[in-house]
Amino acid sequence: MTDLLLSQIRTGQESQFGTDEYVVNLGPQHPSTHGVLRLIVRLDGETVKQTTPVLGYLHRSIEKICENRTYPQCITYTDRVDYVSAMSVNLAFALAAEKLMGIEAPPRAQWLRMIMVELQRIASHLLWMGSFAGDLGALTPLLYGMRERERIIDLFEMTCGQRLTYNYIRIGGVMIDILPEFVSKCRAFLDYFEKCMEEYEELLTYNPIFLERTKGVAVIDPEKGINAGVTGPALRGSGVSCDVRKQQPYLYYEQIKFTEALGTDGDCWSRYRVRMDEMKESVSIVRQCLDRIEPGPIEAKTPPVLKAPAGSEIYYRIESSRGEMGIYLVGDGSAKPWKAKFRCASFNNIYLLDELTRGWKLADIMATLGSLDMIVPEVDR
Amino acid sequence: MITGEKIVQWIAGLVHWIYGVFHISNYANLLDIVVEAVVMFAFVAVFVMFLVWMERKVSAHMQSRIGPNRVGPLGLFQTLADAIKLTIKEDVKPVHRDKIPYFIAPIVAFVATFMGLVVIPFDQGVVVQDLNVGVLYVIAITGFTVIAILTAGWSSNNKYALLGGFRSAAQIVSYEVPLVLSLVPIIMITGKLSLNAIVLYQQQAGYWFVTIQFIAFIIFLTSATAEANRAPFDIPEAESELIGGFHTEYSGVKFAMFFLGEYIAMVVSASVATAVFLGGWLPLPFLHFLHLPGFVWYISKVLFVIYLIMAFRWTFPRLRVDQLMDFGWKVLIPISILNILGTGLAILINQGMK
Repeated sequence: MTDLLLSQIRTGQESQFGTDEYVVNLGPQHPSTHGVLRLIVRLDGETVKQTTPVLGYLHRSIEKICENRTYPQCITYTDRVDYVSAMSVNLAFALAAEKLMGIEAPPRAQWLRMIMVELQRIASHLLWMGSFAGDLGALTPLLYGMRERERIIDLFEMTCGQRLTYNYIRIGGVMIDILPEFVSKCRAFLDYFEKCMEEYEELLTYNPIFLERTKGVAVIDPEKGINAGVTGPALRGSGVSCDVRKQQPYLYYEQIKFTEALGTDGDCWSRYRVRMDEMKESVSIVRQCLDRIEPGPIEAKTPPVLKAPAGSEIYYRIESSRGEMGIYLVGDGSAKPWKAKFRCASFNNIYLLDELTRGWKLADIMATLGSLDMIVPEVDR
Repeated sequence: MITGEKIVQWIAGLVHWIYGVFHISNYANLLDIVVEAVVMFAFVAVFVMFLVWMERKVSAHMQSRIGPNRVGPLGLFQTLADAIKLTIKEDVKPVHRDKIPYFIAPIVAFVATFMGLVVIPFDQGVVVQDLNVGVLYVIAITGFTVIAILTAGWSSNNKYALLGGFRSAAQIVSYEVPLVLSLVPIIMITGKLSLNAIVLYQQQAGYWFVTIQFIAFIIFLTSATAEANRAPFDIPEAESELIGGFHTEYSGVKFAMFFLGEYIAMVVSASVATAVFLGGWLPLPFLHFLHLPGFVWYISKVLFVIYLIMAFRWTFPRLRVDQLMDFGWKVLIPISILNILGTGLAILINQGMK
């Protein structure tokens, strides 16, 4: 019997003890899918044979709702598209609508927008760092990230009264001017945060287990990444320059000195590295903005009812915390967009998930998904 | 009035009755066993409660939080509150479970680890049963937990639980080996398998084995962490991958049993480490003059080792399953074998010099 079995194993024949594939349903309720993403994973033991994302559990038809709301009302909905980085989506929609209507926001408003968006980028990346480490089983970085994020959110709360969905960046300017003490508090935070960055690097970056879990795992090939529409830090980890702030500068990014963080290997660790470097860059961007901001109006003079001219259309893109955030609007002469379409980075970024995880272990799905920084409302909208 | 004497008399009567029913000949021994079991259980229950509180405080400290501080002084009774919550909670059972193994698994997990405490010397002469194969016994009995976890994983009829069970089987098989191999040099030096005798040897020799067998200590600590399913080796329950792993489908008291088992396993591992490497109940050399009871020294050393294990948990990410195997078989086992060879050589040279 044993000889028979052995010979069958050697010749690769199917024995009577054949193996079956193991189909595991990760989600929609699962600690590592960051919301209600559902993955159907076909496993061979622990090795992944196929990952199929099933989308739509958080579909709220935000785009369709926007078509039935006036332009300023839409801003409120954009907050909900990406609740971790609400300012970025606010900004994308506001800029797109302004371009459509030919409104130009005054300089102070532009600088304020830059400060807020970059602070938001830091906050978003901090939360990402924590949840990524949590996916890998280290629970402490999450609390560290939360600790600093709290101070950024306090700054936002001080300015606009909200902690998660700000509705701060409006068409033609911003909602309200910053308080006088904002500048000093913000500078104090930036100084404090630079020390915290060193702490994270000590705790995580060269931790041998962390390196083992992330180095060489789920490598995004630059060409495949571009073809799949992957953007943001996920693609920059592969060494492809794709920062909209550099390539198609909006606001005053041309006047600011900053370098685009680029990775080399395209693995999970490179994507981690890119985001950590981006946080440092954001600190320097906010500092420069604080130096150059001058008193002035914060809102452009706009008509009481904002209307886009008939037949006008616009696709406007910015660099959100997760990648390229594009807004497509079509105006029909009324106060409501005839068509609104959001191009969200997360949706395209998880496109490669199946290919990236194939052949890796079950635990690597979490590492890959974490490193892509996906957020479910952005995928499902 | 009920006095202590009357209670003792009553217990003695009860034991006498049991003696009559079961025709047990060794009367005094049975009483001993009952008393020891009760004392041990009380000690462990209180100690584990303290440990859960300590884990929360340690993690809170490492994560710049405060931790429990509402129930009782410094939140000390938080664990008690949680224990009450777990016991009065509804016991949710999956419909398609395998009934008998599902029921037995948590009991085995708890009992197997609890029995490891039998041979631990808490103080000079304070040991439930000083077996002459103590070291072997502890390793054998704590190895039983894998059966419990595998059974739990299988009988829950849940995919995550089954994956967790199999991971656990692979893990414990791999880490039992370096665990034993790391203790071999000590046994070679002392020539004894009894934990009590090993401590006494350290007393006579005047040094602790951690000084001459530091590598073995590190290997033991690593393998013991893996043995107790603690992070960074907690792949059987891997929260972010397998929800709860083998205990996904367990709730209420049954879950509490697994939970208790994990902490007792930690106490047993730390106790063995204390007895074998850190001189058991012996005082610190430069604090001789304090004349504290040996039990205090034992507890503080155990707490130190447990603190190390807790600090690992809150610092490191989790290893992947194949990396875990690699680390066990390709790193820990070769090093411990080399360590055994080196120790043997040193013993031979020592004998030759004499």
